[in-house]
Amino acid sequence: MAGAAALSAIALTLAACSSNGGTDGTDGGLSGSLAGAGSSAQEAAMAGWRAGFEEQSGVSVSYDAVGSGGGRTQFIAGGVAFAGSDAALDAAELTDAIARCNGGDVLELPVYISPIAVIYNLPGVDAEHIQMSAATIAKIFDGAITTWDDPALAAENPGVSLPSTAITPVHRSDESGTTKNFTDYLAKASGGAWSYDASGEWPIDGGQSGQGTSGLVGVVTGGEGTIGYADASRAEGLGTVAVKVGDSYVPFSPEAAAAVVDASPAAEGANATELTIEIDRATTAAGAYPLVLVSYDIACATYSDQGEADNVKAFLTYVASEAGQARAADPSVAGSAPISSALREKVQAAIDTISVG
Amino acid sequence: MTAKTDLSSTPDSLPSSPLIHDSRTLPRWSPWAFLGGSLVVATGLLALIGTPTPTGVALLGAVFFAISLTAYSARVEGRRHATDRFATTLVTAAFGAAMVPLVSLLWTVLANGLPMLTASFLTSDMVGVYGDIQGGVLHAIVGTLVITAWATVISVPVGIMTAVYLVEYGRGALARGITFFVDVMTGIPSIVAGLFAFSLFTIVFGPAYRAGIMGAAALALLMTPVVIRSVEEMLRLVPNELREAALALGVPKWLVIVKVVLRTAVAGIVTGVMLAIARVIGETAPLLLTVGYVAQVNADVFNGRMTTLPVYAYREWSQGRVGVDRAWGAALVLILIVMLLNLVARLVSKYLAPKAKP
Amino acid sequence: MTVTSPTRSPRTPAAASGGTRSRRRSGRGFYGLSLGAGISILVVLAAVAAFLLIEAWPAIVASREELDAISWLDASSLAVYIGPLIFGTLLSSVLALLFAVPIAVGIALFISHYAPRAIAQALGYLVDLLAAIPSVVYGLWGALWLQPVIDPFFRWLSDNLGFIPLFADYTPPARNVLAASTVLAVMILPIITAVSREVFLQAPRLHEEAALALGATRWEMVRMAVLPFGRSGVISASMLGLGRALGETMAVLMIISPGYLFSFFLLKPGQHQTIAANIASKFPEASGLSVNALIATGLALFTITFAVNMLARWVIARRKEFSGAN
Repeated sequence: MAGAAALSAIALTLAACSSNGGTDGTDGGLSGSLAGAGSSAQEAAMAGWRAGFEEQSGVSVSYDAVGSGGGRTQFIAGGVAFAGSDAALDAAELTDAIARCNGGDVLELPVYISPIAVIYNLPGVDAEHIQMSAATIAKIFDGAITTWDDPALAAENPGVSLPSTAITPVHRSDESGTTKNFTDYLAKASGGAWSYDASGEWPIDGGQSGQGTSGLVGVVTGGEGTIGYADASRAEGLGTVAVKVGDSYVPFSPEAAAAVVDASPAAEGANATELTIEIDRATTAAGAYPLVLVSYDIACATYSDQGEADNVKAFLTYVASEAGQARAADPSVAGSAPISSALREKVQAAIDTISVG
Repeated sequence: MTAKTDLSSTPDSLPSSPLIHDSRTLPRWSPWAFLGGSLVVATGLLALIGTPTPTGVALLGAVFFAISLTAYSARVEGRRHATDRFATTLVTAAFGAAMVPLVSLLWTVLANGLPMLTASFLTSDMVGVYGDIQGGVLHAIVGTLVITAWATVISVPVGIMTAVYLVEYGRGALARGITFFVDVMTGIPSIVAGLFAFSLFTIVFGPAYRAGIMGAAALALLMTPVVIRSVEEMLRLVPNELREAALALGVPKWLVIVKVVLRTAVAGIVTGVMLAIARVIGETAPLLLTVGYVAQVNADVFNGRMTTLPVYAYREWSQGRVGVDRAWGAALVLILIVMLLNLVARLVSKYLAPKAKP
Repeated sequence: MTVTSPTRSPRTPAAASGGTRSRRRSGRGFYGLSLGAGISILVVLAAVAAFLLIEAWPAIVASREELDAISWLDASSLAVYIGPLIFGTLLSSVLALLFAVPIAVGIALFISHYAPRAIAQALGYLVDLLAAIPSVVYGLWGALWLQPVIDPFFRWLSDNLGFIPLFADYTPPARNVLAASTVLAVMILPIITAVSREVFLQAPRLHEEAALALGATRWEMVRMAVLPFGRSGVISASMLGLGRALGETMAVLMIISPGYLFSFFLLKPGQHQTIAANIASKFPEASGLSVNALIATGLALFTITFAVNMLARWVIARRKEFSGAN
């Protein structure tokens, strides 16, 4: 008991010391707090957005990166005002979400676009990027290509001396949007070399894997001849693959990632507020990098509380703004690709529908 | 523990009697000589076939040492003493082998965590922190202390009263049943405790409910059996003469328990509680499932997510880059808190212990 | 903690008669309070089982089609899915126990009977401290320090003993069940050591001195007077360690490359996964029925620890009859 008393006394003192709690609103009558949850891919960008928005408005935003599925569940249950999700809502979820949104529209805004890098650890190879087609990547991850000096790889990399090291493919052991986009790319762009469907769960049993992006990057770094896939912002210090698009090889870059999003059609069922995108993985557009992850922020068009509606509207406006996108694009923050101004206009139009009802 | 150590000091203090030990014994310095010799030979041998590494030398040297000393001792001192020397070598080797990972663990935490341990790291939270900004752990420290305090408040009274029941009143099937189920409870995996708290609170308060109390409930479930066990041990150590003397004076039994038994055992109970706290304060999995993660200080245990140090460490590690440094910093802070609690426990129990006047 | 204390349970004589009514009432109130606390333990445990069962039930009764909708569950039934997880959990924990117990007994003996007293106390404190280090730290340490250190050893095993399936097909980095067991062993080492040490210290001093006086060497004294006395304590300490290893989550999560097979390839990655780590890995993305399915695996884990505890009690009860303890 003495211990408990001592503990709580210390805790209270510490809490009292904190100067950050509950700053009052300073701008346009915004105040209070805003809670979100969801995609861990957005976590780093969210940290930047939250900081920027708080400076601007004084509203404190919390974001619990529980994962996309958890975020959608909590949003539908009404636990959070907005969710971050690497996948669009499915039909059943959409029905529930409309009910949660007081019968109004549901917003799905593609505000976070991030290239996924195919990373490898191959000391002694001095080429800036090893070049691979989607079919080659598929064969490597499927176990059909097992050494780095395989003829298929050599043919795509003239002039590069590749070692005979064994290839160790590394995948994500948890379910993730990164895996889903990566397998979707392999399924659509490899011309049949990848026989599995797109899924957030890695489809092949066995092999090396890592928990989360950090786990995966750790495994790739810790081995030799390893190859994996991860958010491009975490590729530092590792080799990255230039993937074949049309007849040329494109390394990842924010611009190339934004280019493929602009070249992609809207997904089936998309409308003015559900701005879901079907990424064209097999694109041949010049300079596009089709291996991207698009993560959505999900919100309601109709909230029952005025303050909540104002906060969500202001926050999402900031997120989609040039300043917000530039902050997330900073390599030290999330290294994402800023959305194009054409997409921003559509996103802003959807955000403008948020109201109280 | 201290009292016992006194009694069982090493048998070195009992010189081997020349009356019984008629055989020759090796001089006291001989193991050291053998150790040095073995290491030199191991280094030499490894240098012949390649470059000697510290690990290789230590392993090979230990093997040489065990063999040569045992063999020599068998020749000079006889088989029994050789066995004794061999056993001593094994026990010491087990100890040495275990110290390698344990010391490296502490060293890794210190080396990686110490550079992070600045005043601003301890006094700021993660609000407005992004990119390469250092950030802080204040909110996680508050969360850890608040949740652990609540877990303590829930589990200690229940634990002490259950122990009182088992030691002072319990008879028959019910007491045996409780003892058995306390053992079962000791073995509950922490993640199951987390799932239980998650199920309980989401069924009662709806699926989106998240609050520190969920984590506290999970931790209390893990803590209670530890408290019961250690309090039980302490109560059983209270001499029966004390109870009987008090009862003989006409003091009612419950007052005997409160004023005599618990009073006598209070120092041990405090130590036991502190050990139980140390056991749960580093739990990660149940808190990951229930309490979540936020960037700002939240001291309200019934409302909203809270951040705790272990979850903070895990989540920051998942973030990579600066996050990894923050994770090590948080790990070091957590270990320091545990050490501090241990120290407080020692002081408190010293202060509370009934002064024995000889 | 489950150490059998040599002190006998006190047999208090019946409470002295007399005293005022209010006194008797407080007496009864106090008794009721302690009884209530004891019973609440039973209630809480029943509640744990009940709530887990309630939450797991939808997954247990779900049809095959419903289960197929869970992205990570491509087994014909829940039982088929849980089977390899149980295997992985038991395999990693038992291996950890095999590594940890002999070494822990060695350390405990070293502290209790071999080391000089001043050092022994410092070591005891160090071991207590290590028992409190959070598992995340062990996970970080395992990934950062242990995996590179253990790698040459695994390579050697695989190269030289690879003809035994147990040690075949090692692929670096060391993210296999043997690496996970090693970390688990290090994690449970302090707890087993702490409990064993306490028991060894309680070995009857007279027996020890008698053995030495009769000319026994230190090892003979330990073997005759200390180990038989401590045996049941060591067993219960091991069971405590086993329980900890069975439920360990974060370290395994961060160290193993999971797989879902009944496999004895100890060095091959992607073969094993434990229930606890699997829950922590899948829970964030789970919703709806998949949460229920995960809680069902948690229920299985609960049942296993229950069974292990029963087994431990049975073993200790049997052992007690033969050992010197009490």
